[in-house]
Amino acid sequence: MKSKAAAKKTATAGRAKANGPKPVYGKVRLPETDQGAVVFRTDPLIIKDHYEIDYIHSYGEDSPFFTGLAQGKLMGSECTGCGYRFATPRAYCMACGGPTRWIELPLEGRVHTWTTCYFGSEAFLKETPFNLALVEFDGVNTLLLVRLLGVTEKEIRVGLPVKAKFRRLAQFKPTDVYFIPTEKA
Amino acid sequence: MRPVYMISGGLTKFTKAEPRKSFRVMVKEAFDYAMRDCPKLTLDRIDGTVVSYFSDHFTRQLMAGIMAVDMCGLVPKPSIRVEGGGSTGGLCFQEAWRHVASGWMDCVVAMGFEVMSHVNTWKGNEFIALASDTNFDYPVGGFYSGYYAMMVVRHMHEFGTTVEQMAKVSVKNHRNALHNKWAQHHYDLTVEDVRRSPMVAYPLTMLDICTMSDGAAVAILASEKVAEKLCENPVRVLAVGQGTDAMRMSDRPHGEVPLLKHEDANWYKGLKYPGVHSFRAGRMASKMAYEKAGIEDPREELDFVELHDAYTSSEIQTYEDMGLCRYGQGGKFIDAGKPELTGSLPVNPSGGLLACGHPVGATGLMQAVFAFWQLQGNIARHNDGDGSFQVKQKRGMDRRPMRGAIHSHAGTGTYVTVSILESTRSPMAFGA
Repeated sequence: MKSKAAAKKTATAGRAKANGPKPVYGKVRLPETDQGAVVFRTDPLIIKDHYEIDYIHSYGEDSPFFTGLAQGKLMGSECTGCGYRFATPRAYCMACGGPTRWIELPLEGRVHTWTTCYFGSEAFLKETPFNLALVEFDGVNTLLLVRLLGVTEKEIRVGLPVKAKFRRLAQFKPTDVYFIPTEKA
Repeated sequence: MRPVYMISGGLTKFTKAEPRKSFRVMVKEAFDYAMRDCPKLTLDRIDGTVVSYFSDHFTRQLMAGIMAVDMCGLVPKPSIRVEGGGSTGGLCFQEAWRHVASGWMDCVVAMGFEVMSHVNTWKGNEFIALASDTNFDYPVGGFYSGYYAMMVVRHMHEFGTTVEQMAKVSVKNHRNALHNKWAQHHYDLTVEDVRRSPMVAYPLTMLDICTMSDGAAVAILASEKVAEKLCENPVRVLAVGQGTDAMRMSDRPHGEVPLLKHEDANWYKGLKYPGVHSFRAGRMASKMAYEKAGIEDPREELDFVELHDAYTSSEIQTYEDMGLCRYGQGGKFIDAGKPELTGSLPVNPSGGLLACGHPVGATGLMQAVFAFWQLQGNIARHNDGDGSFQVKQKRGMDRRPMRGAIHSHAGTGTYVTVSILESTRSPMAFGA
């Protein structure tokens, strides 16, 4: 710590030198906050580090599928080159690379395969248990991944006839459509 | 392409969480292990690095690769990062192979790591699920265990595969790991234990699924000239093969099986392939690797396989993709004990991902390290003198050198690598 005399001398010198850098008076410091840290342990030091982000997500060329769901339609793709039909739409054909056009899919199909999830990603953990199914449609070459409702693990089987249902208020997510058994399982 | 040899390898013991060390230090420790195991190799001999890690989300550190490289004292030499989901480590190994095979470099370090413990397990599952189509698949319930569960439900439907057969894979791999000090889990299990553990996604239980982990692994590859000079017991990288398939399972075609040399088209009449029951990328990678290695029948010409058993189901599916048995026979293959340590073709003698864990970017290189030690006959040397999981060569000593395959696999079979490694020691050294 400087003596009072020394401090005074510095201050005087500062005033005398009008064009030079001004000396610093008082306290220069970061403001203190009550933020603190969530600490899990200290050796090694492990703290909570929050991270969050909102994306401006464009569905791009897939957009008509999602606007279609809001109108109660299932939109797929058909290759303009080779005629291959995709239940999950794609802009270009996987078989021949040709451009595709939009087609409307039937609203009924069958369970091609399925599972019941008792755990899940954090985003979906609170929804467990839920059923996932890949649905096959007559006249369409590929499948569609959906949630399957109204049926338990014990009741689902490969080949189960299912039909599409749509949310009344669309969220513009692929879960705007879900499937239920066509008949009592 | 010129011959390429693996001259050393190292790894950290994989663990659910390693908070005491950052990824850079884990890589450095794996690298130092490899350097110690090849004393003539000095830093100035190394021409460059290939670094693999899967997810920037887990690390929350972009350009982490260069930080691992500079920690190892390997700047300002060339380096590149490789990424391809679960097969990131396998792709890294093969990229290092290309560096040497092409003549561009004489000595390259392939280094991989993953730190998955900085988020909770379910957030980690969310990050992994972002490796599925984020327009159509992830928002429906993005969960990789769910995806693999759907694939094996179809396998069960097509071929009659049972949950008990899957459980036997878990029992086998954990049993193999009982004597592997590098393994994370030392579980002496029964089929009932596997089935009684909590259901994650029908039919997969917790013990059917590998553990997200922290860890690092390193493989050092070199040209023939450098290998001869620096390593007394190098292992030849005989061939590499790779394949891909569509990201979305829903897009997988229903066509015909690409046949291996020993297979007959009549075996697969009426089978719609790959659908979602098989991994076409695994078949393509195997086919390419076998053709380049001159392997006519992998059942006879491989002595062991370290394959990507992230799920017990995918191990069974992979037996078939690799032609270790016919499509549809994977369940019977494990029933017959063939992939056991004492069977006709040991699969995952180390314990695989199920027992060792799956720090994604390190996993494919871990397989390379275990295969390297196997083919050197050095398992005991790296395992406190316990050679229990050292594979013996299965046939007469006058035949070809001992060989193993390593198989690395990404998200529902999108990228798969198969690399064939061959011993340079006399087959007699393995007590054939």
